[in-house]
Amino acid sequence: MKYELSHLEALEAESVHVIREVAAEFERPVLLFSGGKDSIVMLHLAIKAFAPARVPFPVMHVDTGHNFDEVVDFRDQMVSDHGIRLVVASVQASIDAGRVVEDTGPRASRNPLQTVTLLDALEEHGFDAAFGGARRDEEKARAKERMFSFRDEFGQWDPKNQRPELWSLYNGRHRRGEHIRVFPLSNWTELDIWQYIEAQEMALPSIYFAHEREVFSRDGMWLAVNPHITLQEGEVPEVRTVRFRTVGDTTCTGAVESAAADVAAVVLEVATTRLTERGATRADDRASEAAMEDRKREGYF
Amino acid sequence: MAELLRLATAGSVDDGKSTLIGRLLHDSKSVLEDQLAAVTDASERMGLEEVNLALLTDGLRAEREQGITIDVAYRYFATTRRKFIIADTPGHVQYTRNMVTGASTADLAVVLVDARKGVLEQSRRHSFIASLLRIPHLVLAVNKMDLVDYDKERFDEIVDDYRSFAARLDVTDLTFIPISALRGDNVVGRSPSMEWFEGPSLLHHLETVHIASDRNLIDSRFPVQYVVRPHTDEHHDFRGYAGRVAGGVFHVGDQVMVLPSGFTTTISALNGPSGPIADAYAPMSVTMQLADELDVSRGDMICRPNNRPTVGQDVDAMVCWMGEASELRSGAKLTLKHTTRSVRTMVKSLSYRLDVNTLHRDESSTSLTLNEIGRVTLRTTQPLFFDEYRRNRETGSFILIDESTNSTVGAGMILGASS
Repeated sequence: MKYELSHLEALEAESVHVIREVAAEFERPVLLFSGGKDSIVMLHLAIKAFAPARVPFPVMHVDTGHNFDEVVDFRDQMVSDHGIRLVVASVQASIDAGRVVEDTGPRASRNPLQTVTLLDALEEHGFDAAFGGARRDEEKARAKERMFSFRDEFGQWDPKNQRPELWSLYNGRHRRGEHIRVFPLSNWTELDIWQYIEAQEMALPSIYFAHEREVFSRDGMWLAVNPHITLQEGEVPEVRTVRFRTVGDTTCTGAVESAAADVAAVVLEVATTRLTERGATRADDRASEAAMEDRKREGYF
Repeated sequence: MAELLRLATAGSVDDGKSTLIGRLLHDSKSVLEDQLAAVTDASERMGLEEVNLALLTDGLRAEREQGITIDVAYRYFATTRRKFIIADTPGHVQYTRNMVTGASTADLAVVLVDARKGVLEQSRRHSFIASLLRIPHLVLAVNKMDLVDYDKERFDEIVDDYRSFAARLDVTDLTFIPISALRGDNVVGRSPSMEWFEGPSLLHHLETVHIASDRNLIDSRFPVQYVVRPHTDEHHDFRGYAGRVAGGVFHVGDQVMVLPSGFTTTISALNGPSGPIADAYAPMSVTMQLADELDVSRGDMICRPNNRPTVGQDVDAMVCWMGEASELRSGAKLTLKHTTRSVRTMVKSLSYRLDVNTLHRDESSTSLTLNEIGRVTLRTTQPLFFDEYRRNRETGSFILIDESTNSTVGAGMILGASS
């Protein structure tokens, strides 16, 4: 008997440990769930962590209202299958209440508005820990962030003043009004996520696999034609075979041309890609070199 | 089956650390085109003549502005044999706590020296921290060999010098590799310029160094993390103890003892993430079921009746102080987190402060400030179930938390029970 774990088993063990630690030490944790592959893997791990009991915390979707229908259907099915409580925090409600003002124009996106909705919802429900599916390989500011990431009473991240994080001893202490963002998938890469989905035979929303879709080209990305986005002059819709590498707001998430129709084909594609997933598909990160750091400081995911 | 290896690198930009990491990532095709384009673009804007691969890892605005690494960055790459997590740690003495952070989970450390300069104070400091944190494997990478004409004698001289220093450290596996990170000599492939060197390239060493036996598979330790009670009709009587195995191997049917109660029972079932399993070993996260209904809760420790951790309230430990605005002094009261147990503790005494550059013990010192390391005696309000750090990094380590600010202000490595 060799008593050795594969890298996926080691990552799984680490994530399950982190999820249980939060359930044990916090009063009101919540799992942030977008319906994307990372949050689906994270919820899958949470289900495993507490089996055969139910997941002892709710999941929350910060809903921009600009979703892919397939993703919302998938979300509803998954929480109902596992008896999990779903909280929806609506960006539309934040707009209606005058908490945020919606950008106008062809390039308007509700993506940046999510921060206000998220922080308001955390406060409203008294959540003291929020699980996020962010990975350190995604982006260079995220590569610097702790698994347990402290947020002050304004929800802000202070990258220069992070708590040292040693061994597997996590410090989740905080005062009332402050909270901790917890990233159980910190050490997973995009390829790890896909290999795990394959090994676990997990289901995913269909938009992750090659399908025909009406798209148009903007800034070198294929954006889906949808009611929330206005075509500009020279932008011509055409039908292409695409899939999504990331899933977010429909207004800023690009598709990639791909023939990968199943998990095995996606694993192969991800293993040989020459572009990062955010670089290939996320308009929100292109604003500046420190776009993610700046948004995270304000309280973004 | 690919294994996971966690490595820490220490050094400064001047040693070629970022170049080395850049090369490992680049040559293993882990730097993608858009990342390289962004770094190239940023290098040009900063007026640099060459692409600065350090910009790949220095992710914070302040780091790029100042051109230094402040905090640990984690980078990922893989070969067909292994998956690697690099904790890229800053080399400056003022960021010692960040190096300690990155070193705490590493299987292997790469310490870089410049072949022209030889073993400097900071190389000694990095090696000492690696040995203090008991990183099982240490690699001294003698970089910039191209600038000393790939001279074997220069390499041998540095190796001899380092060996005489390393004899004072507790290092179990030490490997020396002459490299040129810039030219790629002995990084991924063997160097044609140094045929006199018979050892492996750095990457080959990283891929093949034997890490499986680094874990303690003898002393069975299971800190109870969370009690799983479904309260459903289907699993009405289910009571499981969730946790991560911190040492040894547990089998279904084993007789076990629960601390602090001292009751013994047997393991009736073990559940891994994908269902029932026959045995559980470090570092698996499992749920354990026991044959008898006992009072077991978070912070308890499950072990074997004939192999128990030390139970005690008085410990001697090496502590690295990490508090920015506070100091460690006798009489200080703090929260101590050890395995899944949090207790209050008081500093009874500070035996000495260690100079991390010279290893000199200053017994006259009365406090530890930021980045200082010393030997302390602690008294806790509740017993801890611990092992010496040298036997088990999981049950031998703790953190100290300031009760007024909630900050993590110390990292401790247990030497043993104090008398």
